[in-house]
Amino acid sequence: MTTATAKATTAQGSVGTAHTRVEGRDKVTGTARYAGDLPFTELAYGWLVLSTVARGRIRSMETGPVLAMPGVLTVLHHQNAPRIDSDYIGRLGVPPDPSAALFQHDRVPHLGWPVALVVAETSEQAREAAEALVVHYEEKPHDTAFDGERPDVPSQDTEEKGDLEAELAASAVVVDARYTTPEEHHHPMEPHAATARWEGGRLDVVDSDQGTAWVAEELAKLFSLEPSAVRVRSEHVGGAFGSKGARAHQVAAVMAATALQRPVRVVLTRRQMFSITGYRSPTSQRIRLGADADGRLRALEHRSVNLTSTVFEFVEPCAGVSRVMYDAAAHHTSNEVVRLDVPTPTWMRAPGEAPGSFALESALDELAERCGIDPIELRVRNEPELGPVSGLPFSTRRLTDCFREGARRFGWAERDPRPGLRREGRWLLGTGTAAASFPSGAAPSTAAVTAQADGTFTVRIAAADIGTGARTAITLVAADALEVAPDRVRVRIGDSDFGPAMIAGGSMGTRSWSWAVAVAARELRERLALGGGVPPEGVTVRSDTSEAVRALAQKERHSFGAQFAEVAVDVTTGEVRVRRMLGIFAAGRIVNPLTARSQFIGGMIWGISMALHEEAVRDRASGGHVGADLAGYHVATQADVPLVEADWVDDPDPDDPVGIKGVGEIGIVGAAAAIANAVWHATGVRHRSLPIRPDRVLAAAEGAPDA
Amino acid sequence: MREFGYQRASDVAGAVALLGADPDARFLGGGTNLVDLMKTGVERPARLVDVRELPLDGIESTKDGGLRIGATVTNSDLAAHPEVRRRYPALTQAVLSGASGQLRNMATVGGNLLQRTRCGYFADVTKPCNKRVPGSGCPAIEGDHHNHAILGASQHCVAVHPSDMGVALAAFDAVVSYETTDGPGELALADFYLPVGDTPHRETALPPGALITAVTLPPAPVAARSRYRKVRERASYAFAIGSVAAALEVRDGVVREARLALGAVASRPWRARTAERELTGARADGESFAAAADAELAAAKPLSHNGYKVTLMRNLMVAVLSELVEEASR
Repeated sequence: MTTATAKATTAQGSVGTAHTRVEGRDKVTGTARYAGDLPFTELAYGWLVLSTVARGRIRSMETGPVLAMPGVLTVLHHQNAPRIDSDYIGRLGVPPDPSAALFQHDRVPHLGWPVALVVAETSEQAREAAEALVVHYEEKPHDTAFDGERPDVPSQDTEEKGDLEAELAASAVVVDARYTTPEEHHHPMEPHAATARWEGGRLDVVDSDQGTAWVAEELAKLFSLEPSAVRVRSEHVGGAFGSKGARAHQVAAVMAATALQRPVRVVLTRRQMFSITGYRSPTSQRIRLGADADGRLRALEHRSVNLTSTVFEFVEPCAGVSRVMYDAAAHHTSNEVVRLDVPTPTWMRAPGEAPGSFALESALDELAERCGIDPIELRVRNEPELGPVSGLPFSTRRLTDCFREGARRFGWAERDPRPGLRREGRWLLGTGTAAASFPSGAAPSTAAVTAQADGTFTVRIAAADIGTGARTAITLVAADALEVAPDRVRVRIGDSDFGPAMIAGGSMGTRSWSWAVAVAARELRERLALGGGVPPEGVTVRSDTSEAVRALAQKERHSFGAQFAEVAVDVTTGEVRVRRMLGIFAAGRIVNPLTARSQFIGGMIWGISMALHEEAVRDRASGGHVGADLAGYHVATQADVPLVEADWVDDPDPDDPVGIKGVGEIGIVGAAAAIANAVWHATGVRHRSLPIRPDRVLAAAEGAPDA
Repeated sequence: MREFGYQRASDVAGAVALLGADPDARFLGGGTNLVDLMKTGVERPARLVDVRELPLDGIESTKDGGLRIGATVTNSDLAAHPEVRRRYPALTQAVLSGASGQLRNMATVGGNLLQRTRCGYFADVTKPCNKRVPGSGCPAIEGDHHNHAILGASQHCVAVHPSDMGVALAAFDAVVSYETTDGPGELALADFYLPVGDTPHRETALPPGALITAVTLPPAPVAARSRYRKVRERASYAFAIGSVAAALEVRDGVVREARLALGAVASRPWRARTAERELTGARADGESFAAAADAELAAAKPLSHNGYKVTLMRNLMVAVLSELVEEASR
């Protein structure tokens, strides 16, 4: 075991060069098998039954007729399911997802709560039987309406310095506005799917998740098993975005595999995913900015309220972005929650920063308008020296460089700041900009790198490639550390037996894994350089970055970016179309420009969806969704995605052995604000509620106050 | 899902006979709507009679100068047909504005007319819906109805018909031909869809077991200069929140003939006859267009969250009619 130390070294040529995905051919030819594809002998299929009431308790369940249906093997529910232990804090510092603690009681805290699992010989039989299962509920009144006005849990997350009211009173210009974002869902193309079986005394789970070691650990805790008795594999993942941790489907599969002593697969439907795989809470954010006439901030207040379920306190930390971006003599931020009879929200791409930046960067644009200062110049004037709340130095902060490069390429200098002046046929045109940031971090990971006698190398690490290109990035990092060509390196990921490793989350995956892989690979290269050849069993070096990561100096560590958008708005129909977007990022060393660009662009496109389309509609009467499918829940289509460009300025992290910061989430940050600011520039109307729907644009054109 | 039988018919009489009077059997065209509804449990047929192989996939000119479109013609083939493009351009535009290329390659003309509303309550079997379960109630009226009807709805149902194609067909006086075990029949599209009233579950006037065999468009010289415009919440692959099919014949600045139909406002493609009457003989200018639109929309009864549709439809009618005038003057 090698103790890792952070030490920058020179590149060997693979990192920084565009490489297509190493598994790309397998994916486009269908050779790549996903969790729901792998065949098993004697495989049985489980289908979850979700509650149809929003609050109450299960009175009874008519399992008899269902058990008599063709192919049905068992029905698991709160009266016969094994007891599990959900009273723990997991490795991410939070208790397990309550809806994963399956069938432990008769209470129903929200619509879509799992109440039973029907297992049958075929998936079709299981589904038919599950849909036939009659469940009687004692229904209680529910409240699912979020208005953002009445947080009922005292804020656990408040930061205050300075006298806010005094600074506001002393300000030449004040912006005071409320911004709202709706309930949003991450729906990866590949639904959640897991197969569980007992194999040689070990629980073996084939899954689609963001971290096999993480999910294995959660399952071991839930089922009170030795950590070594659980193996989770997840070779290919068709998207995750924060939604793929330990959830009801894996737990259900394990329960059924244990009860039946045969492999059981549980796959969620799109509609079920709306209820039990998490989502982004709606937010209501009040921002008050006070500034001198030259735009320099004296006061910044950012108070965010989000909803959570009655069984878990999830905070969408929107105000966090204000603690990084701008300083002011009075600086007050808080994140508060209101409990409702709804499913538990979770992390969704750029949690906090995505909705938080919409509010903050819209408010900055309003301040620029009131001060008569260019929005970019306003941000440059308010660049902080140190972390506004922490007082710590920034590791690197090249935000101004991002704006300058972006402004040059976007043609910002020619922009007339006055709104509502540019017309092309029925379309009003406008441009907007916004800043972006997302934390950069690393978490302890372990890796093993083996030299084989044939001159090739195998990397083993419990990393997850959720579509990001992580497998390819790790290949390039290993190749450089070994000083060999990437085609001599084989990377195996997605297997908890490879040891603890960071999850694909927090934009920290590739950085954390690369660190561990680079350390092990370098040590292996040094060892091989001593000579002696490679024995038939190979030479393996293992690494553990725990100490090195913990030894990182306390700093403000973030990626930054500048977003630009041009939109066209027809105020007679309410249609808003994005014409072009440009994002310039300072996000650490770019390992693979090809997939990094896809990450940035993917985030920016998601920003288009967030600005204009995404909104899950909850029906007050039932407490459930209306249109819970991808026909009812709109994301941008190809036709909505115009010319989207992303590029970056050089910004290696000096404290990371590879120089990485992380590119997974920053692409969405600020994107919706840039679009909303462009809509204002086009029309002269501020849209402070997302999405900017046609009815909202029409209402504004009809003379309603700012939407 | 429920197990179901599957049979493929090779001729019209055989198809009608196979279906018989069985209320649990359904004709299967492209399956682009029915199969989805079967997956969600809204439709639970015991038997499907596949009509895709029937010899109903032709488009022919009729003796009087109209077009007869076979019921199994795909949306893609309909939109691409040179005579459709030349004589009824709004129909091509309407079809191409719907769904996606893949879906249009599967979807048929007959099936398009019979597709069901996309109301979120209708599509969710755990919720009440008078159209799906008569008498269970209409939660959309108090709930989510931002894309629901403003015209011709009732207290029992406020769902809208989702077809784009149907809106153009309505403007052009299409006639639907069908076959039953008792022989063939015809229905003008104007009579094809039933008023909502208190029977929203009864959607068409087709006799039980009838198979749509063709849609005939009578000759309409005015249609050669026609347009379809659709407004939706994204640029593609979404149902309309409002659409207009329009044709206009203008001489000496005066409207001689007008055709106008609206989509996404009612339980059926909405022929705007009031507006047409207002337009005929009126000056072809924005003022007349606005007056005609207002006359049509005087009957609108928006709900609490879909009032924007009145504004949208007014603006859209004026815009499309103005575009037609502009086009004619080029």
